[in-house]
Amino acid sequence: MELKMFLLVSGLLVGSLVALGGASGSPAKGCKDNKPPVIEKDCHEPAKNRTDKKENETVKKSFPVLSLDYENVRLPFEISLWVLMASLMKLGFHLMPRLSSIVPESCLLIVVGLLVGGLIKLVGEVPPVLESKIFFFYLLPPIILDAGYFLPIRQFTENLGTILMFAVVGTLWNAFFVGGLLYGVCQLQSANLGDVNLLSCLLFGSILSAVDPVAVLAVFEEIHINELLHILVFGESLLNDAVTVVLYHLFEEFSNANTITATDVFLGVVCFLVVSLGGIVVGAIYGILAAFTSRFTSHTRVIEPLFVFVYSYMAYLSAEVFHLSGIMALIACGAVMRPYVEANISHKSHTTIKYFLKMWSSVSDTLIFIFLGVSTVAGPHEWNWIFVGATLFFCLVARVLGVIGLTFVINKFRIVKLTSKDQFIIAYGGLRGAIAFSLVYLLSCDHFPRKNMFLTAIITVIFFTVFVQGMTIRPLVDLLAVKKKQETKRSINEEIHTQFLDHLLTGIEDICGHYGHHHWKDKLNRFNKKYVKKCLIAGERSKEPQLIAFYHKMEMKQAIELVESGGGSKLPSAMPSTVSMQNIQPKRSSQERALPQLSKAREEEIRKILRTNLQKTRQRLYSYNRHTLIADPYEDGWNEMLIRRKKMKDLEKKMNNYLTVPAPPSDSPSVARARLTSDPQVRGLKSATKNIPSIKVDFASPQNPESFSVEDEFRQKGSQPKESKEDDGGLTMKVPSPEKQKKDKTPDEEPQQRLMRCLSDPGPAAEEEDEDDPFLP
Amino acid sequence: MGSTSSTLLKIPNAEVLMQETGFSPAHIIRLHDRFKALDKEGRGYLCPQDFGAIKELAMNPIGDRIIGAFFSPGKETVDFSTFVKILAHFRPVDKDRPKEPNSPEPINSRSNKLKFAFQLYDQDKDGKISRDELLKVLRAMLGMQVTEEQLESIADRTIQEADLDRDEAISFEEFRKSLEKVNIDHKMSIRFLR
Repeated sequence: MELKMFLLVSGLLVGSLVALGGASGSPAKGCKDNKPPVIEKDCHEPAKNRTDKKENETVKKSFPVLSLDYENVRLPFEISLWVLMASLMKLGFHLMPRLSSIVPESCLLIVVGLLVGGLIKLVGEVPPVLESKIFFFYLLPPIILDAGYFLPIRQFTENLGTILMFAVVGTLWNAFFVGGLLYGVCQLQSANLGDVNLLSCLLFGSILSAVDPVAVLAVFEEIHINELLHILVFGESLLNDAVTVVLYHLFEEFSNANTITATDVFLGVVCFLVVSLGGIVVGAIYGILAAFTSRFTSHTRVIEPLFVFVYSYMAYLSAEVFHLSGIMALIACGAVMRPYVEANISHKSHTTIKYFLKMWSSVSDTLIFIFLGVSTVAGPHEWNWIFVGATLFFCLVARVLGVIGLTFVINKFRIVKLTSKDQFIIAYGGLRGAIAFSLVYLLSCDHFPRKNMFLTAIITVIFFTVFVQGMTIRPLVDLLAVKKKQETKRSINEEIHTQFLDHLLTGIEDICGHYGHHHWKDKLNRFNKKYVKKCLIAGERSKEPQLIAFYHKMEMKQAIELVESGGGSKLPSAMPSTVSMQNIQPKRSSQERALPQLSKAREEEIRKILRTNLQKTRQRLYSYNRHTLIADPYEDGWNEMLIRRKKMKDLEKKMNNYLTVPAPPSDSPSVARARLTSDPQVRGLKSATKNIPSIKVDFASPQNPESFSVEDEFRQKGSQPKESKEDDGGLTMKVPSPEKQKKDKTPDEEPQQRLMRCLSDPGPAAEEEDEDDPFLP
Repeated sequence: MGSTSSTLLKIPNAEVLMQETGFSPAHIIRLHDRFKALDKEGRGYLCPQDFGAIKELAMNPIGDRIIGAFFSPGKETVDFSTFVKILAHFRPVDKDRPKEPNSPEPINSRSNKLKFAFQLYDQDKDGKISRDELLKVLRAMLGMQVTEEQLESIADRTIQEADLDRDEAISFEEFRKSLEKVNIDHKMSIRFLR
């Protein structure tokens, strides 16, 4: 039933799209095609197909109550329509689980593109083609940023040597092998390809050789192979962009010159280094800028995600200005800024960034494949059996040979060798995609008279790799019993022991006098901790050790799970210990520690004073401000909240039984602090009873968000923080300045908002594990 | 190869060592050179001060434990063969080694690597990592940056997670199980020693 409705709606949509596409008549960019743009008159014809029938009323020469002015909104309207159609298609596939389990999404989308293109052509109009500019500037960056931001740094750096070998040497090998052999084929008399010179062939080969990140992502994401293979193929697809860019420009330049000298080759190598390293440097600079900016965003939380996106996009564009590798810049920017930005931004911003990136990359990815289909129908083709067949054949052979040869060399240097199964998957996963298509499209007609033939050939290769390889890779993976991705999360044990082993290995390396992998990693970590973190991370979080951060995250997740499983159900065996999520109390100097302890009674007194005083000031907080997101207390969430409150009450009762520390008033100060900051449920409970809106208040308040969270605490149990204001001297309680409470905010805010969210929304495909990775795990 | 074989002769028990540890002659020579470099007074054995002289090791949070691992209980010195045998734990695993049924497990097997790491935790050698021992390690690694309560809660949580037989301590089997997803062969191998 759902499916039928969906089909109906999408049919209508496609119909209108076709009609509009026809009406507007965007010109194709084929070499020999010079069709003039369609005249205005046609606008009225498809109007009849549209659901809007009102303008068919009698035309009197009076004031037009309703008029049609499509041209005004043509461009945004069409873009939106395309995006909408793409998203509906995506929806549709997931309504048909059987189909989507056999055929990867990318294939289905290409087929849809073909259909739409065919429809448009049937109507008699020219289907729009995937313009390279649109592709490179609007469609590609979100996908790459998404990949770069969530790149698993640990696996990436561990396998960097292998990845680089595949990306650089493998791509070069592919390019020259395919290019050279194609030239050989072109020389055959029977082929009628005499006018294709060596440089064209080499250029074509270099375009063809690059494994495409979009296609790889699309296919590999669905098959869930183990992380090693995933990062190898994916990393290769990202890093080979530099090689492709250099080769492309190189051969394009040479095709003008017609002679190549040794200096040119040398310059080419230098160019490669400049392009790749330059791209990375540009990306890193923007990444650091973004991290630095995020340090100051504590008062304007709402625009935090914007910084991440804009800085990254600027990195990409800046790299493109200098013809450096934009993809590498984007990856470097995302990877560099992530650990620092995540330490600085609020939880909501973090979620926003994640969602937006996933959403944009998903839409881009869908659009790319659909347009690929449409362009296939549209573009002028020149089919030449020999050329196309040879291209396909050489492409596959080159890939296989390249992988085997390189693995042979690489295995000599790897600790964990690549087996032949791994090699097969790597070779098989070398998919080509839209980047290659766009690059061919960019070729100028004058220098490359056989451009259409190239286009046809590349489309064939793309189709073959995406359809045949994409469809068969999943059964093959199952058949060969390739290890799949392990879905479980890291435990605290693993984290501790891994760190321990890191230290151990570093120590052993020092004993051996060997400056290996661990030694440098350790040095980098020290440098990072000592200098970089201080600059780029706001407040006290700069001193937080990785392990603690990991531990907090883990506790948080467990707390959420506890609540989600609801009061009344069994408690998991590992209770989040109540002392866990306390403030970081950095012991700054020995001087502070040396001060004498206050008596507990006195502390309690102070706390009471503070509590009563601060409760009064709380009223000031809720001033209206467009930049805040203060929720309406009478919103829909009311009921949910009541339910949750009840759950939390039950939960608290249960948890109280298990508490290892005595009830709050008689606690030692730090433990009391710990208790109240730790239990999100408890706190949430109390705040629910006292002041409903506070649960949903975003920390984008004009006030210092940290001060707000402090007040939150005070409301329930009253704790230490603002003591020094009231009572100087003699106080031992270190005053975590409002900034320090930042850490507090996380446990406070997260679970409450998360509770809301968790109940309704499972979130995008979990990249949770990657987020847990510390800076250099 | 001529120079290696002559240098090899100078090293006592080189053949036996190579047999036991699986190191190649080149590795043995390299390690011997390193041993001599550390043994500044040329006594033929190392004492804790020699290890202490390695400055990066001093910065390592568990540096003293590592040094302690080289010295068998009761002994004050480390001779070359012990040195090599300890370091043999970190040799990458030979995947395609033929499994002779009667031969003892190689020193660099996954199990032995884990045992070595376990011993570093378990200082009193009772076969279990108790809460205190874990706390000591955490304190060493996290140092001045966290409060005692946090350390304790982390330790509790760790034991809770790993402890399957509920004896409030982590035995070797539990240790091994908690690390089953970690690629120990990769994690505990030094490429240099191949």
